Amino acid sequence: MSGVVRPGPAVPAPAEPHSKGPQWQAQYEAAIETHPERKARFSTLSDIPVGPLYTADDLPGFDPERELGRPGEFPYTRGVYPSMYRGRLWTMRQFAGFGSAEDTNARFHYLLAHGVTGLSTAFDMPTLMGRDCDDPLSRGEVGREGVAVSSLADMRILFDKIPLGEVTTSMTINGPASIVWAMYLAAAEERGIPFSKLGGTIQNDCLKEYIAQREWIVPVKPAMELVVDSFRYGAREVPKWNTVSISGYHIREAGSTAQQELAFTLLDGLEYVKWGVAAGLDVNDFAPHLSFFFDVHNDFFEEVAKFRAARRIWAREMERRYHPTNEKALLMRTHAQTAGVSLTAQQPYNNVVRVALQALAAVLGGTQSLHTNSLDETYALPTEEAVTLALRTQQVIAHESGVGDTVDPLAGSYYLEHLTNEMERSFERYRDEIDGMGGMVAAVERGYPQREIIEASFHFQQQVEEKEKIIVGINKYVSDADEAKVPTLAIDPEVERKQIERLTEVRAKRDPGRWREAMERLRAAATSHSELMPEFLECARAMAGVGEQVQVLKDVYGEYHDPGYF
Amino acid sequence: MKRPIRVVMAKAGLDGHDRGVKVVARALRDAGMEVIYTGVHQTPEAVVETALQEDADAIGLSLLSGAHNYLFPRVAELMKEKGMDDVLLFGGGIIPEDDIEGLKKHGVERIFQPGASLEEIIAYVRIAVAKRRGQPA
Repeated sequence: MSGVVRPGPAVPAPAEPHSKGPQWQAQYEAAIETHPERKARFSTLSDIPVGPLYTADDLPGFDPERELGRPGEFPYTRGVYPSMYRGRLWTMRQFAGFGSAEDTNARFHYLLAHGVTGLSTAFDMPTLMGRDCDDPLSRGEVGREGVAVSSLADMRILFDKIPLGEVTTSMTINGPASIVWAMYLAAAEERGIPFSKLGGTIQNDCLKEYIAQREWIVPVKPAMELVVDSFRYGAREVPKWNTVSISGYHIREAGSTAQQELAFTLLDGLEYVKWGVAAGLDVNDFAPHLSFFFDVHNDFFEEVAKFRAARRIWAREMERRYHPTNEKALLMRTHAQTAGVSLTAQQPYNNVVRVALQALAAVLGGTQSLHTNSLDETYALPTEEAVTLALRTQQVIAHESGVGDTVDPLAGSYYLEHLTNEMERSFERYRDEIDGMGGMVAAVERGYPQREIIEASFHFQQQVEEKEKIIVGINKYVSDADEAKVPTLAIDPEVERKQIERLTEVRAKRDPGRWREAMERLRAAATSHSELMPEFLECARAMAGVGEQVQVLKDVYGEYHDPGYF
Repeated sequence: MKRPIRVVMAKAGLDGHDRGVKVVARALRDAGMEVIYTGVHQTPEAVVETALQEDADAIGLSLLSGAHNYLFPRVAELMKEKGMDDVLLFGGGIIPEDDIEGLKKHGVERIFQPGASLEEIIAYVRIAVAKRRGQPA
């Protein structure tokens, strides 16, 4: 790889000289003579070099009016809203889903009773991959990693007695996002709730599937067309809905650094905007419906800096590229989730502390909503007790710590502003690289972000093996004694059989004429690249399954296969 | 002359979590082994077929989706059907403690849980393959 200039941090940068005045420098040298520094090299979790002291010298030319502004004002570094958490706290949104629609509906009611303010649905692998529960590749997976939703019949049960016009619902689904969203809309329609009252988010971020999460159904370009189709429909028919949640979470969990997470996510976002505009949509109509989703990891200041930089970069790039007249098109509104990848199976109670620190960073970073992970998630999906503790963690931060009582309280910290600047510089290097390739679709087709992440994740693992990076309970303070055992959630093995029975019954009982017509119309619309959302909605009403609709898309657009980079 | 150890690193079923399997694949390759990575979303049949065609000494199966109680035994069963008694089957991922004994009974020799070190995995594969070849590690 010699001769390649890597914008990422996989190659550690040299430590920076810090001039803090000769007198202090001398005192520092003397101090470390007596107490040598703990490390040969200090760096953040993502390998940004960290100096001993930050002062105004580290922010040359820093203009707070230009770089920070006021909350709710360009470039939004300090927050997307003027009052932030003084008015309304962030949405406490716990991601949940397991077993059958009945099981998950019960968990939703439990969470609402304990103070969550938004719902977030985890689907099982067959649903995420757009396969029916009786597909051979679905064996053993039904209801395991999330809830099984095969048709409108499941969607009705999943949201039974949930006030869909009041609670906002997030649905983590990507390849078949429009199909599942249509089922949600159809369920609301049956209950007489107008689409204009429905608020929520579909993840619908296909680019990060190829980059990181690997739940794709069709190749990259037709997948982009599906996303744009949902932008068009959403802006017109479901105005309170976020039709994409541009996600760095999975990129980070796949092993990227914070800088890569930030850069690839925002560049994914810019690619969606480019495709939307190219399809003739008005950026002022659809860009306000773009939302974001970031990971929040262990390195406290680095994470706070990442969120602040994300807002500033998004506003600047959107302004520079599109000059939107609707100010909302400049706002980087985001959900955050604590880093699943940071949790350890060893000494699992330590995870409670990690989650609390990460959640605090997300709040100080100015997130709009937050999911806190449970301590038992390196073993299985969380138990009710573990989820409750994770939710209580947010409530303690919100109501006891006082950090939400003033807006962006860490602003002006020399170190934090330095890191925020570093994040922006790192973004600019990736932006130039990827813009040079022709944008994110081209970069993904070349495997560029995929390979960058592999390098970073291997580099980090080596740092752990060499103990350059410490993980308590893994490479330091390892317990020889029996680990504290935590109870884990078991999924009833009967779920799969019952789900197949229900889908079989749906197929047997539906009106075959209506179903056939809906499916034929879908195929025709896909083939002619016409609007698809109305067809998915009619398919949902006609009780078409997720798998059979996805099969139509695969027939028309082809399939994507893992290139298997490592 | 001893030929290098050949390992098929595999993802079966619908699971897309592939950070771990790729880091391990890379580490085994850097340790001098020949590594074939299947990519995600393989059927158990395809995994076993790859191992057979590649004349692999070992299959390393990664699973984080909760489907391990079906997919691990299924791969083991297919290996038996194909007479691959000399091929090592090991794995890793999000596997609850309580399920590990059952998987071992089905022929999965070792499961690495989160936090396992690369050094540990490399050493294990070297020794376990040597044992199967009847060679000193």
